Amino acid sequence: MKYLPHTEADRKKMLETIGVSRMEDLFADIPEGVRFKGRLDVPPALSDPELMRHLRELASRNRTVDDYTSYLGGGAYDHFLPSVVDHVASRNEFYTAYTPYQPEVSQGTLQTMYEYQSLMCELLGMDVSNASMYDGATAAAEAALISCRHTERKKAAVAATVHPEWRQVLRTYMWGRDLEVVELPHAGGVTDVERAKALLGPDVACLIVQHPNFFGCLEPVEELEKLAHAAGGLFVAGVDPISLGVLKPPGEYGADFAVGEGQSLGNHLNFGGPYLGFFTCTEKLMRRMPGRISGQTLDANGQRGFVLALATREQHIRREKATSNICSNEALCALAAAVYLTTLGPRGIKHVAELCLHKAHYLHDRVAMLERFKPAFSAPFFKEFVVRSQLPAGRVISGLLEDRIMAGPDVGRFYPDLKDHLLFCVTERRTREELDHLVARLEGSL
Amino acid sequence: MKRVEPLIFDLSSPGRVAYSLPAVDVPAAPLERLLPAGALRGRAPRLPEVSEIDVIRHFVRLSRLNYGVDLGMYPLGSCTMKYSPKINEDAARMAGFTELHPYQPEETVQGALELLYQTQCFLAAIGGVDKVSLQPAAGAHGELTGLLIIKKYHESRGERRNKVIIPDSAHGTNPASAVTCGMETVEVKSDERGGVDLDALAAVLDEGVAALMLTNPNTLGLFDENMRRIAEMVHAKGGLLHYDGANVNAIMGITRPGDAGFDVVHFNLHKTFSTPHGGGGPGAGPVGVKKLLEPFLPVPTVGRDGERFFLEDDRPQSIGRMKSFYGNFNVVVKAYAFIRSLGPDGLKRVSEDAVLNANYLMRRLQPYFDLPYDRHCMHEFVLSGRRQKNENGVRTLDMAKRILDYGLHPPTNYFPLIVEECLMIEPTESESVETLDEFADVLITIAGEAKENPDVVKSAPHDTPVLRLDEVLAARQLNLRWKKG
Repeated sequence: MKYLPHTEADRKKMLETIGVSRMEDLFADIPEGVRFKGRLDVPPALSDPELMRHLRELASRNRTVDDYTSYLGGGAYDHFLPSVVDHVASRNEFYTAYTPYQPEVSQGTLQTMYEYQSLMCELLGMDVSNASMYDGATAAAEAALISCRHTERKKAAVAATVHPEWRQVLRTYMWGRDLEVVELPHAGGVTDVERAKALLGPDVACLIVQHPNFFGCLEPVEELEKLAHAAGGLFVAGVDPISLGVLKPPGEYGADFAVGEGQSLGNHLNFGGPYLGFFTCTEKLMRRMPGRISGQTLDANGQRGFVLALATREQHIRREKATSNICSNEALCALAAAVYLTTLGPRGIKHVAELCLHKAHYLHDRVAMLERFKPAFSAPFFKEFVVRSQLPAGRVISGLLEDRIMAGPDVGRFYPDLKDHLLFCVTERRTREELDHLVARLEGSL
Repeated sequence: MKRVEPLIFDLSSPGRVAYSLPAVDVPAAPLERLLPAGALRGRAPRLPEVSEIDVIRHFVRLSRLNYGVDLGMYPLGSCTMKYSPKINEDAARMAGFTELHPYQPEETVQGALELLYQTQCFLAAIGGVDKVSLQPAAGAHGELTGLLIIKKYHESRGERRNKVIIPDSAHGTNPASAVTCGMETVEVKSDERGGVDLDALAAVLDEGVAALMLTNPNTLGLFDENMRRIAEMVHAKGGLLHYDGANVNAIMGITRPGDAGFDVVHFNLHKTFSTPHGGGGPGAGPVGVKKLLEPFLPVPTVGRDGERFFLEDDRPQSIGRMKSFYGNFNVVVKAYAFIRSLGPDGLKRVSEDAVLNANYLMRRLQPYFDLPYDRHCMHEFVLSGRRQKNENGVRTLDMAKRILDYGLHPPTNYFPLIVEECLMIEPTESESVETLDEFADVLITIAGEAKENPDVVKSAPHDTPVLRLDEVLAARQLNLRWKKG
């Protein structure tokens, strides 16, 4: 068997060295009562050609965003991936390395983590970044837990316009710690500041806002930041990193934590994962931060090097007193993000953001002229917007699918009061021709 | 070889670019007309300005400062760094898997859903459980998911149970996960054979116990013979059992935690099922449960209706979601390929060879180091560097660093905490007898050096891209990012 190098002669020799006669003897500690007597119910082994044929067959039963024209967003985006990203992330020395517990032979991983942290701090305008977490949703939930610990309060406020799956994860994590979540209602696609004021009392540990929010709209972040801080809570900004090519970074509007989904920075869609959650904060909150961090130091010769820093926050040292139970980061995804940001540079990130912005606005303005479809909200937006349809959302989705267009998703899935609304996303990959074609299809009502 | 690579920021030269994007092909109004002026970015971020060759050379040079399993063995106890088969990588890089959006209509992702569904079934079969969720992103995330399921179960019965019992040999994530779901931890000590001390367990069991978490084989590499008895004792008090799957590599096709009475089992796909660690992630930590806990699993899971596969969202008693979307799909693709490649007999052989390799190394090294538990081990074992410390003033940390000079990666050290000057060694099934011998010979040489030339060990490493790094300095003068000079 190709992954198992021993020959029968090897096994015999090794058993002799051990001093037993049969493999069975090594398992003598497993009592009869808990021995598994059957054969595992998994299919028989496949040879490599059979396995490849089978996997290709499975893959061929999927339709990709390359085969179709995709307007899918909602937390995962088909931004263009420069070729260098996969070439770097495919280096065996990166993807087959373990966690950098031996820094002397892990400088590649540790320096790229440090560079990733630095790039994210620059992009977000924040003081400190960790080396990434599971995804945007868990990063936001961890920010809420830390806020509760830091303020010694038991309630997190979250805007109803935050990604529905982030809010679900937040509720799960908060319930786990016996903490409470309160949602701030929206009006016209953005958080209702007046009603937020009433809900943000002195018992609120933090306010979590997404900007642009799930509907693509820009939130009144400056007003909301003031409300959160006036209540004595912390302000958590969830951001789309690509938007920061044109939008003010969260460090400039008073975010204590800025978190988000980093997939759009150089990572494939991968049907939802693995992605990376980025997590940044102010210097003041640094020691509360969960997750791995790389820090610069010197070696015995006085040469610069990197190690895992602030490890005394972490579970392998602090056990039940750790800041979080998290034990890994998404290092390879963070590496891809670092390569992506390096490749784009300050001009590239602005260029991508502007392409998304202009193309999305072009589509938006064309849709506004249609009869049976209208933009649902009038708030400023970045690359996504909600369309209200006179036709059932399901019919729009299936109608466009026949024409190799992926629309949606159906916003009514997440917000029952927004039945027959669809969230359209336009990345830099869409061409004017594709946008015009979509509008023509909608105009002809599919 | 040049060993210090500048920071990417220091390679920047204004005006250089490494990207190529088209001009805007639609009418473009000025930004100020599309967005409120106050929402716009003023100063551009200080990202590096480099050309493509700079990007490639920088990161490829950095990669060469890393050790990886494609370069050599990783004998990291409890971290299971086995070889990652290349066919898995080829599979995971197929566009039919990588270019799928999570919100695509189900009829356009039937291949992906089938792969997820089948993996749920395979893991259920391996663990002896009824239903598996692939959502957790890592082992610790799987632990947290398992404990939340247990918490929800007790809540559904109107019970408030707050204690989680954890053996003193457990991974640090176990107590940290328990605290993350609002529970207190109670530690039970190990007996002289390295298993859970049953008297100590009996003494802490009461109606407040929500769960016991057990890693079996434990972090000493020893199989707890009382597994079933432990499960019965905890069940008798109304508590449930979480099996920490960090060490499943020892037991595939040999024993199944579900059969021994465990209610929740988590798996580490990046350990047992060969998906590479990527320098610390992504991993995947699926969780399987027995029938009685199915209603509490996170949503969604993948269901099957004849030939059609679909996302199951309708589970009103669910703990909710643990992360966005459906788990680390691309990691699951690799694990799926591994399982299909080995089949039932191959998986069993994996565990047998993993155990054989560990026992072989243990017996080869036994004369040179202290062996705290002299019995057959499972897939890993612990040695103690007590002798070298007491007789030669050489610590386990020094020996670990000295291993680097011989071009190999050291074992896990100073864990588990209950063994003094611990070296925890897990060779995995991937390694040939020649590789094991090479590793053993290096350790034996270092044991000799500790006696005859302790200074060379204490000042190690000598032949690595950087020498021993000052962690105290790193903690005292925190430097966690580049700043413009």
